[in-house]
Amino acid sequence: MHSLMDTLLVVVVLTNLWLLGSGRIGASINAAAAQGVVLGVLAVLIEEGRLGVPLVAFAVLSGVMKGVVFPWLLRRAQRVAGVNREIEPLVGYTVSVLAGVAALGIAMRLSARLPLPAPAPSALMVPVALFTLFSGLFLIVSRKKAITQVTGYLVMENGIYTLGMAIAREEPFLVQLGVLLDLFVGVFVMGIAIFHISREFDHIDTDQLSALKDTQS
Amino acid sequence: MSAALVIMPLAAGCAAFVARWRWLRQAILLAVTGAHAVLTACCWFTRREAAPGAWLALDAPGLLFLSITSLLALLAAVYSIGYLRRERESGHEDFEEGFVFANQPEAVFTGCLLVFLGTMSLVCVSRHFGVLWVAIEATTLASAPLIHFHRHHRSLEAAWKYLLICSVGIALALLGTYFLSVAVAGPDGAAPQLSVAVGAWAGKSAQGAWLRAAFICMLVGYGTKMGLAPMHTWLPDAHSEAPSLVSALLSGALLNCAFLALLRMSGVCGALGEGAFCGRLLAGFGLLSMGVAAVFIVAQRDFKRLLAYSSVEHMGILAFGAGIGLLAAGTGGAGGALLHAANHSTVKALLFLVAGNVIAAYKTKDIGSVRGMLRVQPASGVLWLAGIIAITGMPPFGVFVGKFMILKAAFDARLGWCAAVALGIMAVIFLCMTRAAAGMVFGDAPAGMARERELRATIVPPMALCALALVLGVCVPGALQQLIAAAVAALGGRP
Repeated sequence: MHSLMDTLLVVVVLTNLWLLGSGRIGASINAAAAQGVVLGVLAVLIEEGRLGVPLVAFAVLSGVMKGVVFPWLLRRAQRVAGVNREIEPLVGYTVSVLAGVAALGIAMRLSARLPLPAPAPSALMVPVALFTLFSGLFLIVSRKKAITQVTGYLVMENGIYTLGMAIAREEPFLVQLGVLLDLFVGVFVMGIAIFHISREFDHIDTDQLSALKDTQS
Repeated sequence: MSAALVIMPLAAGCAAFVARWRWLRQAILLAVTGAHAVLTACCWFTRREAAPGAWLALDAPGLLFLSITSLLALLAAVYSIGYLRRERESGHEDFEEGFVFANQPEAVFTGCLLVFLGTMSLVCVSRHFGVLWVAIEATTLASAPLIHFHRHHRSLEAAWKYLLICSVGIALALLGTYFLSVAVAGPDGAAPQLSVAVGAWAGKSAQGAWLRAAFICMLVGYGTKMGLAPMHTWLPDAHSEAPSLVSALLSGALLNCAFLALLRMSGVCGALGEGAFCGRLLAGFGLLSMGVAAVFIVAQRDFKRLLAYSSVEHMGILAFGAGIGLLAAGTGGAGGALLHAANHSTVKALLFLVAGNVIAAYKTKDIGSVRGMLRVQPASGVLWLAGIIAITGMPPFGVFVGKFMILKAAFDARLGWCAAVALGIMAVIFLCMTRAAAGMVFGDAPAGMARERELRATIVPPMALCALALVLGVCVPGALQQLIAAAVAALGGRP
């Protein structure tokens, strides 16, 4: 069971690197979706032995949301906006992947020094969670298209979710459900905002959103 | 009772989304905000200890912030009738760049207002850190559409920044919540319930490093939402582009909700023995916010952004007061901060509502272009002047009392240099804001502007707030004093 868990965690790492190195928005959405599904499976694997109906139901729900509903919402926004590629990101793809590898190293080092009260289900879990978190943050600040930023936000949430699975397993079921609901409404509202941005500006480059500032020329 | 306070506005919000007639939407808005205020008032008389394990219950700090929220929501609802009427009558031409834009459908606006009220009520009644996080994130999502009421590129930019910066910031607060559960986990790895009740944590132990990490994550996360510098960047944009009544709610009610979350976390940290660490961080961020706000206020030419930066300043004062309260219990810093929160909300909401009237009459947000308010709209002019005098901390208004208590606490805590810095910053802000306001209120009206007929619905709410600010300045009612003392005790401090 442990080897399966580790394999899935490696898949998460690979999706992160893929996200960092790819400029195709459709592929990024798919990668984030795959990550969500993998994490749903992982949530079930971790709790083997004390599986209950609410737990499985939540894992399935979260997998369906992240694997089906969110990508569907994002792809709709993408169709409306009519963009396929992230053009001229603030940080190039090669550099992004290298930064990702460095972030993975930092995550490994950091998690080796964190004193956990109870051992995590897998030794890889905390570093992978931190790496996912860093990747999401990096995507948000280094990409221009609004959709890619939302994808980055989802990746970041995935990282926090994984960390929660590893270290805070007592989080009540209803709270997790609330977090998922917030995430859903968040993606929904951001999708609407992307729709309005593309209609107002004919593009969704957020670095062009710069009319509001304190010093007028 | 506390569930009703949350569910009623949420359900009414959904009803307002689908209601087809304007009179019906307005009736729903007024009836529900009115009922919410009445329910909240009833809570003042039927206060009892919250059950230890309950997820939703109203304690003293929750009741204080809920009362502010509920009152502002009711007044904003009254104001919205006049505001929406004005919006329908005036052409939708942008006064800064001259293009024509559409407004959001009123049904969406009304619905989001009610949902926003429901989510803020949930923040006030949450007794569990997880629920608290869910509620605060929900307030972001409910209020983002409100900022984009005028459908043009500037409001869209403001809404997008708000949505993204606050969502990412609050995600860090979720991380902080997980860290907290690690910090308090027993040796077997089982974490106790993450209750916000400080009493439940007394005598328990926690791992210091994890607890400090949790507090830092929450300070950054909820601090983003509260508008503490340097995470405040969304705030001036959102406040200046949102409709004025929404700005009033954002500044008066929403920022307080994030402050409540920070207060609860710092209270728990204090009970677990990390109070001094949290206090230093809070006071430091508070001073930094005040300083940053002063820099931007000095050169400000847009009066709504002026008010927004004033909110950053006051959030800094709140954080400073709370920090002093943690560093030196019994000096009254925490009580001062709570009183100041109530006063700031009252006066800032008054100012934003009046700012809406100014924009409607002068069609500009430029401080230099507004002249002679006393001749064009006398009621708004007087209220604007009173509000600016109040917000800068002049007696006889309540803000003075709160600021005085916080500064006195700082001196008592042997942090005189902090208090001196704070006092200097406040003096600079006082000079800049009163100069700006005097130029707007006095003088001759611009050519071609005659005296306007002011709508009653847009004058009565700020008048009520002005009266309240005066009452709070002349004498703090006994019931409020008791509530603040109970709130300080519930947050782990000594009154």
